[in-house]
Amino acid sequence: MKYYINEICSSGNIAVDDNLLVKDVPATAGSKMLESFIPLFSAEVVERLEKAGYGISGKTNVSEFGLGLVGETSYFADAEDKKLLGAAAELVKDGKVKAALNVDLNGAPRRASALSGVNFLKPTYGTVSRYGVIACACSGEQVGVTAKDAESVKEILTAIAGHDSKDGTSLPAEKYEYTLGEDVSSMKLCVITELYDKASDEVKAKLDAYIAKLTAKGAKVEKVSLDVVFAAQTAWQILMSAETCNNLSRFDGVKYGYRTPEYKNIDELYVKSRTEAFSFLTKATIIYGSDALSKDKYNNCYDKSMRIRRVVLTKVKELLASYDAIITPVCSKAEYEAYNTEDAFMKVFEESLFTAVPSITGLPAMVSGGVQLIADSFKESTLLSIAHTAEKEEA
Amino acid sequence: MKYELVIGLETHVELSTDSKLFCSCGGHSSPKEPNDCVCPACCGMPGMLPVTNRHAIELAVKAGFMLNCKINQYTTFDKKSYYYPDLPNAYQTTQWFNPICVEGSVDIGDRKIGIKQIHLEEDAGKLVHDEATNTSFVDYNRTSVPLIEIVSKPDFRSSEEVITYLKRLKSALQFAGISECEEGAMRCDVNISVRPEGSTEYGVRSEIKNMSSLSEIKDAIEFEKVRHVDALERHTEILVQETRRWDDVKRRTFPMRNKETAADYRYFPDPNVMPIVIDDAWLEEIRKSMPATADEKATYYEEMGIAPKEAAVLASDRKLCEVFDAVVAKGCSAKTVASWILTECMGIMKRLEIASLDICPDKLARIIELVEKSEITRASGKKVLSAVFEKDVDVDAFCEENGLNSKVDESFILETVRKVIAENEKVVADYKGGKVKALQALFGSVMRELKGTGDPAVIRSLLETEVNK
Repeated sequence: MKYYINEICSSGNIAVDDNLLVKDVPATAGSKMLESFIPLFSAEVVERLEKAGYGISGKTNVSEFGLGLVGETSYFADAEDKKLLGAAAELVKDGKVKAALNVDLNGAPRRASALSGVNFLKPTYGTVSRYGVIACACSGEQVGVTAKDAESVKEILTAIAGHDSKDGTSLPAEKYEYTLGEDVSSMKLCVITELYDKASDEVKAKLDAYIAKLTAKGAKVEKVSLDVVFAAQTAWQILMSAETCNNLSRFDGVKYGYRTPEYKNIDELYVKSRTEAFSFLTKATIIYGSDALSKDKYNNCYDKSMRIRRVVLTKVKELLASYDAIITPVCSKAEYEAYNTEDAFMKVFEESLFTAVPSITGLPAMVSGGVQLIADSFKESTLLSIAHTAEKEEA
Repeated sequence: MKYELVIGLETHVELSTDSKLFCSCGGHSSPKEPNDCVCPACCGMPGMLPVTNRHAIELAVKAGFMLNCKINQYTTFDKKSYYYPDLPNAYQTTQWFNPICVEGSVDIGDRKIGIKQIHLEEDAGKLVHDEATNTSFVDYNRTSVPLIEIVSKPDFRSSEEVITYLKRLKSALQFAGISECEEGAMRCDVNISVRPEGSTEYGVRSEIKNMSSLSEIKDAIEFEKVRHVDALERHTEILVQETRRWDDVKRRTFPMRNKETAADYRYFPDPNVMPIVIDDAWLEEIRKSMPATADEKATYYEEMGIAPKEAAVLASDRKLCEVFDAVVAKGCSAKTVASWILTECMGIMKRLEIASLDICPDKLARIIELVEKSEITRASGKKVLSAVFEKDVDVDAFCEENGLNSKVDESFILETVRKVIAENEKVVADYKGGKVKALQALFGSVMRELKGTGDPAVIRSLLETEVNK
């Protein structure tokens, strides 16, 4: 499979998704559109890691603009792959790098880390700068960290989190302190039945095993119902697609990136450049998002989705008032097979049921041992501590 | 049947900020070379995020105060999407859902024009077409330069009212330092319809886009009025709601291609720009930084003893006010300063074809002081003032070099008086024969000999003594 779209330095210990900018290195975001785009500056998270002494190994393959399941819709992906896996997660699993930075806009790095059996943490929205992310869904996307163990996730997250004046949505705290030492034995956790029921037997078994490790330590785990997960899935699909439609419209063949060789006028330049350079899934997302924003549908689609976002946040916060964390599956299956291109939009939508709640609410989520843990805002330490405890049980 | 014009205006004004609306590139005083004033953010590169310019928010609030608006203390930015090469992000950040100011008004003499809203937005770039090579170039210097759009209610009933309103608007915005309102920095979209007088329904509306010259706006309105009335009275055409443009060569409006106008802009809140909350303290701070309005200034000047007409002229121009206030602050009497500015300065400006009063207040204050203390004559004062306008000379040095100092040695004046009397025997005889006016001729001759220096009172008394000897 394709690991790097562009390699930078073989001795580097951090891999970076190709939808994050590294100065002077092509940033394609997995698209033919940006094959030749060389950014003039680095993402804030990259700058912070370099300042802290880490080295960037290269730009890992991602689905075009991060919209796919794990990386399969990339212009640079290996078409022969029968089993779908994430490039960054595999590099981490194989010990090629200490950690990876990934953009989580619709759950791709969460799914990839579950498939490869590594850790990934998507921090609370606003705690990590988005400056230098090739944006799709600005209202929910976050830079997160993939690493083999919770300890490494904590180390890298500490290095990148904190206020950045270049990002208007960045929260004011200069630094965040994370710990692995919260006492799991006194924790109360819950499993969302709606999501549990949708997973394959193999995934259910994995989740049950994970829970067993925590209960062995003394944690209490209960099953609860949270029916807003379905509304969250649809609402996030609408918000994510609409924002993606808007953010990708700047790729028009005028200023940089791919331009069709033959055109008669400006409209043809736009249409042909975009038709020739975008993949099926990207086009489908743009069309879906454009429709949701149209004058006639705005109130019933986009505006309603924003209101649903508030309802989901309220409901989940209510749940998190009684529980320290929520446990859910993150993928419906333990393995992903290659699928037909035309099915991409529905495939991703179906799988996003598991990842939508943290995406739409901005709450922190962590994948550990193939399951997803969700906690209240700024409770990354709770997630890290649970993952750390489960890891120790394994060893 | 008699018809009535119904007009509403959307006026775009460039704000006087040092940087653009969402990045730190230079704003108002942008360089003249194409694409000199751009960064990855304002030319639409991926990965960039907007950071809102606080000063632009303050200027928009000031505009709201000037136009008697209600300020929305919770205001948001939205994205307006369309494709055009001069719009690098393919969306313009504007205020669609929660504009910063609403419900205001502007007085135009005996009528009031309602202001629906004022909102902030970013400007687009500029396309340059090269006919020779059939190529278009794009200049992003202007992209993201902050603008306010002032949307009036459909309250205008004549082109004269529109022109009065625009002049008022311009002077108000300049006065408060909101916009320089330079040539082309104020652009209007004119919404116009016609209805039978007395009707309360609106007629079919046409919108004339992107007008900046007052005379063209007036001509375009008059043209549209005739076109609409003809259509209604004589069925010359069927009116449709459309966007038109003014052709200044053909002196008429033309419909714009449908493609340029029929668009769904897909407005939605910009998730990258946090809602702006203007708390009471900030609002008060902005209110305190407001200069007095022209009307307030005029009243204030009248209270200082300046005639209403003169006070109004002074108050109507920001530069005149600035100089006047500064010179008065130096201790000169208000009436004297007003007379110097309105008579002497404006006279010189007219002669030298200078549009705005650009003089160092210290220098004007010094000239007035010298004249008031009779150290130089008023005529000399004018001479210095002229030199200050022309060559920005130093007042004291200029008086010294040109011997304008009135404190000329009295013996020298006496000598000159005697010389003039000796040279004008006939005039002296006339005076002694009872022709009182002849003394004035002698006085004039002495003044000429002294080239305007010398204290006139001293000259007169010496002359009277000598001639009656």
